Amino acid sequence: MIPLWMFLVVGAALFAIGVFGVLARRNAIAILMSIELMLNAVNINLVAFWRYLTPETMSGQAFAIFVFVVAVAEAAVGLALIVAIYRRRQSVVAEDMNVLKW
Amino acid sequence: MELTIEVVVFAVFAIITLAGALGVVLARNLFRAALLLLVSLFGVAGLFVLLAAPFLAAVQVLLYMGGIAILIIFGVMLTRGMVQARQVMNSQWDLAAVIALVTFVILMIVIVQVAQGEGAPLPSLPRGDVAADSIAQLGAALVDPAQYVLPFEVASVLLAGALIGAVYIAREDEAE
Amino acid sequence: MIDWTNANYLPWLIPVPPLLAFGLIFLITNRSWWLTVATAITATVTSWVLALAVVLRSVGAPVLGLAAPEHFGANAFGSSTPWLNLGTEQFSLGVAVDPLTVVMLFMVPLAISMIMIYSIGYMAHDPRKERFLGYMTLFAGAMLTLVVADNLLLLFIGWEVMGFCSYSLIGFWFEKESAYKAGVKAFMTTRVADVFLLLGIAYLFAEAGTLNFRDIFFNEAFLEKLAQTPALLLGGGLSAAGLIGVFIVIGTIGKSAQFPLHVWLPDAMEGPTPVSAMIHAAAMVSAGVYLVVRMYPLLEAGADPHHGIYSAPLLLMAYVGAFTALFAAIIAVAQNDVKRVLAYSTISQLGFMIAALGIGAYIAAAFHLITHGIFKALLFMSSGSVIHAMEHGEHHAHEHGHHPHNTFESDKPFDPQDMRNMGGLRGRIPATFWSFLAGGMALAGFPLITAGFWSKDEILAEAWTLGLGGEGFGPAIFVFILLVLAAFLTAFYTTRQLAMTFAGEPRSEAAAQAGLGGPRSMVSVLMQGPLLVLAVFAVIAGFVGVHPDFPLFGAIFSPSGNPFHEFVGGTLPHHPPTLAFNLIPVLFSFVVALGGIYLGYLVYWRKPLAAGQVDPTQAALDRISPAIYAAMRNKFYVDELYDAVFVKPAYWFSETVVSRVLDRGLIDGVLHFIARAATVIGETFKRFNRVVIDGVGDGIPQGIGAFGRWFRAIQSGNIQQYLLMVALSVIVIGIVVFWNLVR
Repeated sequence: MIPLWMFLVVGAALFAIGVFGVLARRNAIAILMSIELMLNAVNINLVAFWRYLTPETMSGQAFAIFVFVVAVAEAAVGLALIVAIYRRRQSVVAEDMNVLKW
Repeated sequence: MELTIEVVVFAVFAIITLAGALGVVLARNLFRAALLLLVSLFGVAGLFVLLAAPFLAAVQVLLYMGGIAILIIFGVMLTRGMVQARQVMNSQWDLAAVIALVTFVILMIVIVQVAQGEGAPLPSLPRGDVAADSIAQLGAALVDPAQYVLPFEVASVLLAGALIGAVYIAREDEAE
Repeated sequence: MIDWTNANYLPWLIPVPPLLAFGLIFLITNRSWWLTVATAITATVTSWVLALAVVLRSVGAPVLGLAAPEHFGANAFGSSTPWLNLGTEQFSLGVAVDPLTVVMLFMVPLAISMIMIYSIGYMAHDPRKERFLGYMTLFAGAMLTLVVADNLLLLFIGWEVMGFCSYSLIGFWFEKESAYKAGVKAFMTTRVADVFLLLGIAYLFAEAGTLNFRDIFFNEAFLEKLAQTPALLLGGGLSAAGLIGVFIVIGTIGKSAQFPLHVWLPDAMEGPTPVSAMIHAAAMVSAGVYLVVRMYPLLEAGADPHHGIYSAPLLLMAYVGAFTALFAAIIAVAQNDVKRVLAYSTISQLGFMIAALGIGAYIAAAFHLITHGIFKALLFMSSGSVIHAMEHGEHHAHEHGHHPHNTFESDKPFDPQDMRNMGGLRGRIPATFWSFLAGGMALAGFPLITAGFWSKDEILAEAWTLGLGGEGFGPAIFVFILLVLAAFLTAFYTTRQLAMTFAGEPRSEAAAQAGLGGPRSMVSVLMQGPLLVLAVFAVIAGFVGVHPDFPLFGAIFSPSGNPFHEFVGGTLPHHPPTLAFNLIPVLFSFVVALGGIYLGYLVYWRKPLAAGQVDPTQAALDRISPAIYAAMRNKFYVDELYDAVFVKPAYWFSETVVSRVLDRGLIDGVLHFIARAATVIGETFKRFNRVVIDGVGDGIPQGIGAFGRWFRAIQSGNIQQYLLMVALSVIVIGIVVFWNLVR
């Protein structure tokens, strides 16, 4: 059987990759995708801990499902915002969306 | 650890997941990035299967890959013209890489610390078996007033609200 | 299954109808005024009935065959359910009704229902009246949630929702710049305090592992331990309990508008008058005092004010409360806006309660909270009725003068709230006059027949007994002297207000034509009906708390001990001691109330102001120095001070000219950051040099300006850069925390 820590390592790596994407990509849609990666990293951890520590309850899986829901909601609203901004400014580069400053 | 078939499968899915994820954040072509996101999500679904959560794996495939990824591809196509960017990374990408690396290192330190810790070291074997009817249990838990029915309903309201809001935000302004 | 007829579940239902109505009004009924009205009224009245059921159940109603529960304070009604599981800790969500809650449940829904009925008349011609009622129901729901909450977290939720409602209601007429500014100001000022409150809550949770009131207050070992533990920060002998208490008291100082965070409340008068009544009487500011009354066992942990041992939060409350009471009373004397006088009187009266609590007069504070809630709601609604009548009169006057009427202020507007334009309204709106009189006399503490007298007298009695009259504890002496002066001024300015509004001859066209459209009009009935109901309560509510040894009245109303004292005292783990009856503070109460009223009568009522005449008080004070009255009128320049000390520098900090060193501030990373910091230091050195050469120059402000210019680059608007900062901070904090854990 695979030890728990290996799943955690995969989760950590996926999370770190997501962090990098969120911080470094210019395209806002790519940022959204990176956020999805981070959410997935969280889900891996939830399910892994559930499987190894409390397989008799359903809490881990239930939480993973709620994370799904939040991910869908976030993607829907995020993309809608991006599309709206694109329509107005012909750009989806996050660095261009800097009206709200000093 | 001997090289059982399980370990091999795990390694394959882990590599698919991570390689796909790297592709997502590095790909020059946004459309390709979206497709690689599908690959990465598929890898995660495989990990769910290994973790004895077939239902989640199915949801991951149907909802995540079928729903979110398609949504994102729609987003990519709606903002065409931005697909092939001259510049993929912003000006702070080097610092971002450092931070991502530090995050990873910290997480690893924590994992190692806990794995070697006194109290509850990370087990290498599950504490018990998953019940045969775990999917039925999950379904029951989600609608059980004593467990998750309230969060479940709240989540559905959130989803409905988000989707209505998305439609409202993204529609064309007729007035202007 | 849950048995809803069980009294333990009844409190859950109390906040529900208004919250439900809020949803209904905003989602469904907002196109139809009458549906909205029906929803709002049904909801509030339902809450009221439920609350009355709980009140009856808990005080016992022999007629209905209900016995009062035994040891009600320790065995409160209520139930709770686990809400949020945080691994080792757990938040529960629940309701509890103990004696303190019961008295609040008597006052709050009554006032809310009356205000709601009144709003229908008041807002009948507003274009956004449906929205108004929607916010009002949310406000009511939040306040009721706060009252029935059994833990600090749920209370805080209600508290914050009210903060939001007050913001949107104060700024309800957002076409007026002053109105939306007032909304923002109220929100920001209370926010400052709420941050401290949240800190206090978090600290308490970290120490106690629970936020349930009863778990904390009835656990004496824990309170004892908390009073022994040194505080996390700010050492100096402060205990953990002291620090938590100070944080909570600061929260109250903001919410209940105590000095120095009182500035938002007078500006809150920009909102429609029912809002003022809601904020000042039924909800917001009462919530602040309710919080400290509720948390009293914690604030008092390790101290015993009845034996001269004070804890830091108690001292803070005693000094701030007493000072605010006098400070606001002085300001109120010089105000000419009918609502502003009431606003300052509210601040002053809240100061009474807080000061009373600070010297350990728990029950007196709760008592004054209740009576004040009733008569202040009455006063605000009466003043709203006056304003409405004035606007009506103004409208009338203009119809004859062929002048287009403007709903919102035109260039040089006629101010329907300015008392100098009123006078002689007694004959125009008699029902309002009598209810205003009842409320005003209660506020002034007219002896024996008003509620305000009994509650204020109790505060003064406790302060006397613990201070000058026997024990001689310093804070109690301080509180007593300041409160007596404040009470005198209260009586004086109340009489002044009554006289300027109702007595004499009309001082403007509008006042001469003022009215509510005749006694049979709908508006008149809706607006004056609730006034009469509250006026009755403003007179009789005080009789529940008469000292048993009070001559004559004690024998009539409290033959077997002070009922309010007995009942509310049960909230605490230890019943607070009953102080012996003493005639001296009662004499003080008589003298200051009657003296103030008589002085006001002499100055303002016997010779009513003529149009354009200088205020006699001003004339008298100007003989000493014109600065005094000007300072009073300008609220001792606190607003200007804040403007100069906080607001202006903040603007300056962020706005100072020329974009020279901007955009690339942090983007190019740490190297530039350091280089630029070095440049700025160099610049500063250079400037310093120039200052030395030029003598007294303006180097320092320019240095600050340069710093601001450099520092604002951090606000680049680039979201990813912000995120980077967040990630960096998280990592740093994470490392620090983790380091501590490992070590």
